[in-house]
Amino acid sequence: MFDTTFIDQVNTLSEQTIQDCYHCHKCTAGCPVASEMDYGPDRVLRMVQLGEKERLLSSHDIWLCASCETCGARCPNEIDIARVIDALRQFALDTRLRPVPVVIAEPDAVKFNRLFLFVVQNMGRMHEATLLASYKLWTRNLLADMDSGAIMIMKGKVPLLPHVIKARKDVKRIFETTRMENR
Amino acid sequence: MDYSYYPGCSLESTACEYNDSVQQVFAAIGVELHELEDWNCCGASSAHSMNRLLSLALPARNLAIAQQAGRDVVMPCAACFNRHKTADHEMRTNPIRRAYLEETVGFKFTGTVSVRPLLDIIANDIGLERVRSMVRRPLTGLKAVGYYGCLLVRPPEITQFENPDNPVLMDRLLDALGAEARPWSYATDCCGGGLSLTRSKVAAKLVSRLADRAREAGADAIVTSCPLCQVNLEMRQGKGSPKMPIFYFTELIGLAFGLDKTSSWWGKHLINPAGLLKSLTLL
Repeated sequence: MFDTTFIDQVNTLSEQTIQDCYHCHKCTAGCPVASEMDYGPDRVLRMVQLGEKERLLSSHDIWLCASCETCGARCPNEIDIARVIDALRQFALDTRLRPVPVVIAEPDAVKFNRLFLFVVQNMGRMHEATLLASYKLWTRNLLADMDSGAIMIMKGKVPLLPHVIKARKDVKRIFETTRMENR
Repeated sequence: MDYSYYPGCSLESTACEYNDSVQQVFAAIGVELHELEDWNCCGASSAHSMNRLLSLALPARNLAIAQQAGRDVVMPCAACFNRHKTADHEMRTNPIRRAYLEETVGFKFTGTVSVRPLLDIIANDIGLERVRSMVRRPLTGLKAVGYYGCLLVRPPEITQFENPDNPVLMDRLLDALGAEARPWSYATDCCGGGLSLTRSKVAAKLVSRLADRAREAGADAIVTSCPLCQVNLEMRQGKGSPKMPIFYFTELIGLAFGLDKTSSWWGKHLINPAGLLKSLTLL
């Protein structure tokens, strides 16, 4: 239940020293989404310290983080908590690192990120039309933002034809290399 | 002095008016922007959320191109700037990471080229005095707040751009254009842009708070320097209340300079600022 090696694993992946946290709570006080979270950034670090792996990786917190870096900028111990959150995201999705099945609390966030990267991997750049259409289909939420979406299309802000870069193979190779290295 | 230019994906689509205003303003000033050859997406939030090495390698490829071109790179998008500056910082300070990125991308990092945010170039390199001297139509009566957002100023050791708690460059720029920069305490508070599509209600809460605070500060508009903030601030302002127009700072520069083709920008916005500008006889 408590994995005492977890803090070392998270420290290594995030390149932070989480044991330095003495829970002053400045991070949570400044976090714009703390009120939406289960625990808040400070308690996330506490759970890493205690090795509460399953509960933490199944929380909403790790997906709600907006990466605003307010926490890291204010931390008196210079812990970049947003980077810790990113590391926890990688842990939550990496089946080899998890001990037991973890419930992903925000599957839409994962879907969005996967689709975004899928588009970039294949085109070298973002193509909003492909991303948004596939995101809406995958999350079965076709109607949301239909009005502003239609308006943006009419204003010519959502190119229907993608721009595929010439060096798309180089970008694909970057994806493949970093996927293998990402341990 | 010329610069290399990295527009980023959103300037080619949802922030096309930002791109156009940047190009026109730089043309008017007489500084050339050379778009990086065959640049790729920086990876934005999705890359660093899923795979840190990927989030460094994607910008590293662009830095390799920039290095080849031999000029400092201007980045109008705060997120792209942040990701590239992070990769640049990593390569300058972490030799093992640098070796890995050099191998993955296929280049040798020399560190001869700098990554610069657009606001920095205009306010510091070109200079506010130069900008002021080019104003033909001062933006008198325009009361706005400068909204810097998160990624331009944090993490401060990476962005190295202004005081993260009290940046002033955009406010000084607004002064130079003849507008009134209203003081407020929320200039670097997160707008929730990263959650705009996946958790829109959370983003809407953050946006409405910012819009309310801007109104409270006596502003009629918010001025941004990030395309994701701008779209988020427009899209997620609640229905029913009078909506606050959201400018890109380069649009206001173009307007104040009296450039010809500014009118095409206003219609591109989801919240058309033309009404506000007309009421101030700026249009």
